[in-house]
Amino acid sequence: MILKGKAWKYGDDINTDLIIPARYLNTSDPLELAKHCMEDEDPDFPKKVSKGDFIVAGKNFGCGSSREHAPISIKATGVSAVIAKSFARIFYRNAFNMGLLILECAEADDISTGDELEVDTEKGLIKNLTKNKSYQIKPIPPFMEELLSAGGLMEYVLKKRES
Amino acid sequence: MGMTITEKILADHCGKKEVSPGELIMAKVDLVLANDVTAPIAIKEFEKTGAKDVFDKTKIALVPDHFTPNKDINSAEQAKLVRDFAKKYGIVNYFEIGEMGIEHALLPEKGLVVPGDLVIGADSHTCTYGALGAFATGVGSTDVAACFLTGQAWFKVPESIKFIVYGKRKSFVYGKDIILYIIGKIGVDGALYKAMEFEGEGISELSMDSRFSITNMAIEAGGKSGIIAPDDKTIEFVKTRAKREWKIYYSDKDAKYSEIYEINLSDVEPQVAFPHLPENTKPVSESTNVKIDQVVIGSCTNGRMEDMRITAKILRGKKVAPYVRLIIIPATQEIYKNCIKEGLVDIFIDAGAVVSTPTCGPCLGGHMGILAKGEKAIATTNRNFVGRMGHPESEVYLSNPAVAAASAVLGRIGSPEELGIKESE
Ligand code: SF4
Repeated sequence: MILKGKAWKYGDDINTDLIIPARYLNTSDPLELAKHCMEDEDPDFPKKVSKGDFIVAGKNFGCGSSREHAPISIKATGVSAVIAKSFARIFYRNAFNMGLLILECAEADDISTGDELEVDTEKGLIKNLTKNKSYQIKPIPPFMEELLSAGGLMEYVLKKRES
Repeated sequence: MGMTITEKILADHCGKKEVSPGELIMAKVDLVLANDVTAPIAIKEFEKTGAKDVFDKTKIALVPDHFTPNKDINSAEQAKLVRDFAKKYGIVNYFEIGEMGIEHALLPEKGLVVPGDLVIGADSHTCTYGALGAFATGVGSTDVAACFLTGQAWFKVPESIKFIVYGKRKSFVYGKDIILYIIGKIGVDGALYKAMEFEGEGISELSMDSRFSITNMAIEAGGKSGIIAPDDKTIEFVKTRAKREWKIYYSDKDAKYSEIYEINLSDVEPQVAFPHLPENTKPVSESTNVKIDQVVIGSCTNGRMEDMRITAKILRGKKVAPYVRLIIIPATQEIYKNCIKEGLVDIFIDAGAVVSTPTCGPCLGGHMGILAKGEKAIATTNRNFVGRMGHPESEVYLSNPAVAAASAVLGRIGSPEELGIKESE
């Protein structure tokens, strides 16, 4: 899969309260949640982001609560993948369970807001077209690949039950 | 080779003799939990599958606690969805507001989690139950939906980190201070993906309530779980409550750890975590120039009986400082009732506090005490992220209940000693 888009860069330890503040957790409607995505970190994010763009961040992205509203809101803004140095554990499993692509990249810090990126998931490579550089992506574990290709955990579980 | 308590519990629940870190397993769960924020998504996912029934109506716990009693129409709709689901499938452990409590205080109190269990919950603080010697971890709503269907969940067997806690506890140092101190040392991702195992005389000496505060905050170091092997106090706690048999596991002497830390309690003062991360800890003695607008004592970290008694000890005969709001929230109906019986509510109200029915409320900036722009609060909760208790430009400081209550009286962050109170009195 080849993905192309612009990077929106954030720092370390971006927590789930920053991604979607609890004051909006009285709904699970993806479009409603998307309106407030990243609000306490970058209030204009939902207006600025275009379909296919990437969120790029430092270490421990998605730390904090287990709220699936966080990956749901990101997915609903049209972001095609989150790229970070590392992910917090519950966010990591939530993303795969619901089919949001997340990529671990040790060199994520080199990417800046506005950089045009081209991600090749098969080759495990991110090309930074603006800076003319490329970075390695940590390979996606086989089980996670299975989840992603099934379309998420529910689809995976249902398929297993049928077979 | 030896196994850790975590590896043993996971192995038993996936029908293997041995598992090792990194291995991916499908395991049977003893209990699956969701609340009024996370259950609605799980229920919608579950219903999409067209399933006729849940895997086991006795092994699901549904606790509406975050926005209950409902704060607005949307949250009432969410709670209704959970209630209707519970009715439709005959979910045994559904807790209506008159019987409820904050989930992680409630489930152990009701004996729904016992030593040796494997528990998942769509709430990150599910790791709390590790204090009972169970493996418990937070997951998302989709995991819970799949578990409603199959009774199973996937796990990567985590590496374990051992924390040996020894030495004599200083006064007004509780489980909360020990875990804040540890997070201050290792950072908010210091235990990423790992199981945090706590042991040593400094742990065995602690009450169960204090131990729950420790395992509760494992997630705040990025941990997958926190665990304390059962001892006499654990058995004492579960024996009158447990609804089923329990099984006790211990780590083998030659079990493998990715890291071992030793914590000497003589280095640990009561701690305060400064905004906006739980790792920004300082001893209370270095935190005394922060003026505060609000104090919250409650939550799944420190809303238990011990916390209420400590709070009352500090507040007895004292008054909350002018223009400071003190909000006390016992974590469950049982704790609330005991506070009334023991006369603690009188002490709280006489001091000028408000006492609320159990709810998460202000802990996550939901309701019952939201902060305005620029305001500062000290809270016994577990997170001080930007905007956690209200306005993105407000600030939350974390501490134990003794420091929080003393700060309410002082009008700034400070210790009970500044009020001339001794722990042993
Ligand atoms: S009290 Fe706070 S941390 Fe605990 S479950 Fe409720 S919202 Fe979460």
